[in-house]
Amino acid sequence: MFEFLLRMGDNTLVLGHRVSEWCGHAPVLEEDIALANIALDMIGQTRLWLGLAGEVEGQGRDADALAFRRDAWDFRNLLLVERPNRDFGHTLMRQFLFDLWHHERLSDLCLSEDDRVAGIAAKCVKEADYHLERSKDLIIRLGDGSAESHRKMQDALDALWPYVGEMFSDDTLDIEMNEAGIAPLPSSQRPRFDKALSATLALATLIRPESNFAQMGGRSGTHTEDLGHMLATMQFLQRAYPDARW
Amino acid sequence: MVTQAQIWAWLGEVPDPEIPVLSLVELGVIRSVEIGEGVLVKVTPTYSGCPATSVINLDIEAKLRENGVENLRLETQIAPPWTTDWIKPEAHEKLRAYGIAPPKAGQPRCPLCNSENTTLISPFGSTPCKSHYKCADCLEPFDAFKCL
Repeated sequence: MFEFLLRMGDNTLVLGHRVSEWCGHAPVLEEDIALANIALDMIGQTRLWLGLAGEVEGQGRDADALAFRRDAWDFRNLLLVERPNRDFGHTLMRQFLFDLWHHERLSDLCLSEDDRVAGIAAKCVKEADYHLERSKDLIIRLGDGSAESHRKMQDALDALWPYVGEMFSDDTLDIEMNEAGIAPLPSSQRPRFDKALSATLALATLIRPESNFAQMGGRSGTHTEDLGHMLATMQFLQRAYPDARW
Repeated sequence: MVTQAQIWAWLGEVPDPEIPVLSLVELGVIRSVEIGEGVLVKVTPTYSGCPATSVINLDIEAKLRENGVENLRLETQIAPPWTTDWIKPEAHEKLRAYGIAPPKAGQPRCPLCNSENTTLISPFGSTPCKSHYKCADCLEPFDAFKCL
């Protein structure tokens, strides 16, 4: 259960931090505000998941301790969310792929037999719904936009595609969670994801890559170098000045 | 001994830190007040990441302590999740007067000239709970409460 909660919380923590890196750098003011707001939602969701993880673990660690005092190999997020921002196209495509998965995942978790999980999911799914509407809209506008924006969006999709498969892979923990009625198998979401993805890509005039190759490992703690660099920035203060408070 | 009604009345005097024309009660974030050995107030966050949440808790505590409530406990309750339907109807008029279009399905009306001829500028606004619109008649930009 603890590991399952880390998987949920680490996804929103890492992506929330990544998105917040745009703060003050986005192409236009409205996008800057939108990205900061989305990051804020995700960090808020993280607090709920990691807060519950700390409670379940029972070792006295709260959400902050879990966020700021674990090393990269203890993180359980998908590799997709730790991908660097690169350009605005990459950032949006990463967000869209995540939002599409996340929205489905949370909708399923609203039916969890664990009331605490269902409660957090019901809170987060409303925010995820809003995020998905926006990222879908932008993918369509930029994919079906100018020649340059189209090329950038297709490049982003091609580059991020190998990270999609991991979202739907089942491992021992997923099987346990499914049997306990806490969370359905990630693989059960794939048909819905594919259907929604095809619909948006068609409108965006983007082509779904053919390869099914999937980079894996994030959910069991094998990460890319990029996560370490991100944590070095994110965790600096709490590492250098443990228990520092505002 | 303090009564529930008294606690609700005091909480009705605590303004929301971001939108001070509304009280916490009007915003719908106070979910319950229970009186046992002490006072237990259950509070729900609007958006999970809203920075106002901790300030709200601080303000509740300050208000009740200043009125002599000593044995006080605040609990966060996330289920059922907060919805803009919990914003009290009388608060909608206050929002409009303050320049924020109240939550409404479909196109919001301009809070200044009441026109329905408005366009979305950005789905996100100055706080997590608002989006940004422009009125095509009076040309003023305005914030609109997102429906949640």
